[in-house]
Amino acid sequence: MQRQLANMKQSLFDQGYLDEQFIQLEELQDDTNPNFVEEVVTLYYRDSVRLIQNIEHALDKNPLDFAKLDSHMHQFKGSSSSIGARKVKIECTQFREYCRAGNGEGCKRTFQQVKKEYATLKKKLEAYFQFARQAGPVEKACRPK
Amino acid sequence: MIVEKIRGGNENGDSFPVGMRVLAVDDDPICLKLLETLLRKCQYHGMFFSLIGIQDSSDFNWDAQCTSFPLFHEFLVLDFVDPIVQPSKLLVLGAFERFWFSFTFPFRFIDCLVQARMALKMLRENKDRFDLVISDVHMPDMDGFKLLELVGLEMDLPVIMLSANGDPKLVMKGVTHGACDYLVKPVRIEELRNIWQHVIRRTKCDSKNQNKSADQVKANPAIVEGQGSPVAGNADQNGKINRKRKDEEDESEDGNESEDPSTQKKPRVVWSIELHRKFVGAVNQLGIEKAVPKKILDLMNVEGLTRENVASHLQALIFPSLKYRLYLKRISSVATQQANMAAALGVKDSPFMRIGPFEGLGDFRTLAGPGRLTNAALSHYSTGGMLGRLNTPANVNLRNLTPSPFIQPSHAQNPNNSITTLGKIHPSLQPANQNPSLFQGIPSSLELDQLQQNNCATGIANFNGVDDSRLLGNQSNVLNGTPSNTMVLNGKYQQTLNSGGFGNQSFNVGVDGSPNLLNPSAIESSRMQPNSLLSNEPFQLPMNSARDNNFSSVPYLQNNPIDISSSTMALPLEDSREMQYQEGLVGDVSQTPSQRWGEQGMNYCHGSKIAYGSLNSHLPANEIMNEKMGVVVNGILGGGGSNLMQQKENEILGTQLRGRAEDNFLLEQQPKLQGGFVPRSFDSLDDMMNAMIKREHDETLPNCDFGFDGYSFGAGI
Repeated sequence: MQRQLANMKQSLFDQGYLDEQFIQLEELQDDTNPNFVEEVVTLYYRDSVRLIQNIEHALDKNPLDFAKLDSHMHQFKGSSSSIGARKVKIECTQFREYCRAGNGEGCKRTFQQVKKEYATLKKKLEAYFQFARQAGPVEKACRPK
Repeated sequence: MIVEKIRGGNENGDSFPVGMRVLAVDDDPICLKLLETLLRKCQYHGMFFSLIGIQDSSDFNWDAQCTSFPLFHEFLVLDFVDPIVQPSKLLVLGAFERFWFSFTFPFRFIDCLVQARMALKMLRENKDRFDLVISDVHMPDMDGFKLLELVGLEMDLPVIMLSANGDPKLVMKGVTHGACDYLVKPVRIEELRNIWQHVIRRTKCDSKNQNKSADQVKANPAIVEGQGSPVAGNADQNGKINRKRKDEEDESEDGNESEDPSTQKKPRVVWSIELHRKFVGAVNQLGIEKAVPKKILDLMNVEGLTRENVASHLQALIFPSLKYRLYLKRISSVATQQANMAAALGVKDSPFMRIGPFEGLGDFRTLAGPGRLTNAALSHYSTGGMLGRLNTPANVNLRNLTPSPFIQPSHAQNPNNSITTLGKIHPSLQPANQNPSLFQGIPSSLELDQLQQNNCATGIANFNGVDDSRLLGNQSNVLNGTPSNTMVLNGKYQQTLNSGGFGNQSFNVGVDGSPNLLNPSAIESSRMQPNSLLSNEPFQLPMNSARDNNFSSVPYLQNNPIDISSSTMALPLEDSREMQYQEGLVGDVSQTPSQRWGEQGMNYCHGSKIAYGSLNSHLPANEIMNEKMGVVVNGILGGGGSNLMQQKENEILGTQLRGRAEDNFLLEQQPKLQGGFVPRSFDSLDDMMNAMIKREHDETLPNCDFGFDGYSFGAGI
């Protein structure tokens, strides 16, 4: 089971969903903080709801306030990068590019991508944590090969 | 706001960093959680902090004030408790919908502050409550930079900026606003492990300027110098660059400083003649005494110009005069110091170190010999000379002076050889110096940064302190090659400078070189520190006279040991210059507080430190001249030193500088400037920042013992 768990995690990395930061989080997890990673991820998904809503509201406006959009996205991107959500972060960057270019359509399109990646990652991580709980406490996470 | 401290037994009786109190402000709860955990983790390394777990905001009894704030802003205070040191608190400010975590042991308690404003309030209420503040740049209720400034100014706390955005511009902004470090999210634990150094630096700086500053000064100048030039150009860049290097070595340090080294270069404000004229005009209009950056800025009415730009320009200009005086006093001592500093700084920017034998700029003209020294250069040289005076290394600063033939400052003394009279541009300096073309009086000279990687602070003083090298000759190549400094012997400046008619004149000298710097008037008014400096007659840089590219100042220099005439050194460094000057001063200053400079020296010292900082980061123009000066001094010193170093010849100087640095306040000041100037290379922007911050706070560098007495500025250049 451990092996499966490790594989799961490895695939997340391989597929580019997670990056180095996630490993950092795992390294912070220890006996005094045994569920740190999950806690952070949970917090992320909880808090980012607000941010996503902000962006959506801003995208609904007409005309678009790119500065505000960029600002919201900046926050969201910061959070995402804190947990190592790589693909989400990439899409966020793209979004900000469009913001800077003043491309409203591009922003909207990209935002859909952002949400998609966000949701995908959420599902994957949920599965991962569930599995982890089943697999039982494991030794500290080690870097994927 | 709930503040409950549960002082349980303190597990750690260790000395600092155990018990460091950190206040973190961020609107991103995830980041805060991460930060908190990281910090907590660090406790295992000696930091002990406690916090109360808060499950839900409803757990809190928000006082009236708090409740008025949107509840999604909350802060957590993690308290690092140490019985011996003092309880530490990490205040984490962030926006939360609810508190997301709860901790028990080992956390003691959490203070939750609702907003950045609350945090500020809390800080104000008890200035002794925290040791360090970590603040996000991007926050809903208050701009992180603003908080940074306020905290730095009001409470003299080291502040670390945090942001997801690692854009060099922002980093630079952070530096100029006084941050002692800039971390980029996501934060790694290595970076946090060392943040306590900022606190130590400060305290040490305060408590033992002398000792530490000496070391730091040394380090700084060296760093500044070397880097200065380039740094000057882009304080940020340099800082980054240096940092980058450092990062390689010790990643815990400013790893975050600059994420993208490739974008190290930041556009510098180029003080064109036009701009400089406006500047000078504004200064004149206001009067030297009253010419403060803000007013100058308003009068100039130039779009896109920031107060910081103006301030640094002002500083750069003023610095020469300071240097000049200091130079006069401590030609030899400074030289040594410079050398040391340069050596110390050497790490990155050789130019500074090269200060070595800058002889007074006096012969600025001769400097032209090396080739770069054009008239303009010469004039720069004078400025540079001035700088040189500051610290022997400062001589280097004269970078503006064509590096090549360093005019040996009339001041013979320099045993140190180093920065002797400004007038002299040490030929040796040349080689390395980037002064590519300094004297052309172009802001480009600032570009001289060559010394530093990026230091080419645009001709204008971006000298961030480091520009020493620039100062020296960067500008006009005349100086050491360290083009970085705005010393800029820009001919153009000369004109402007002269027009400035600085009261102190001396400044002008330097200014010649750098358009930006030398605004004589600016100098006068400079708040830059040491008004005393400005007022020192001796300082009258011939610059004024040197207005034309011929560095009339040069001749001046020749006469005076200070020969600031080389003023052409015109602090192109603008900012950097200021820094440099400061630094330069520092070097000198440190030694003799009594010197006229004494005060200034102090400042300089600080400046140097700051310069260091500025090296990394552009010294905020806002800083008091003193600071700037201090930095500048360092810068000069450093610059000089570095220039010298670059020149290679200045080895001696370098050593001298070092020696001096040690003796000089500069070194000492270093600590003053900032807790921990890392010799040799600013390890981090922090150092610089600290220096800068320190400088701000330290008006006078007590330790500054400007050994300008025998210091030949010229040489320094």
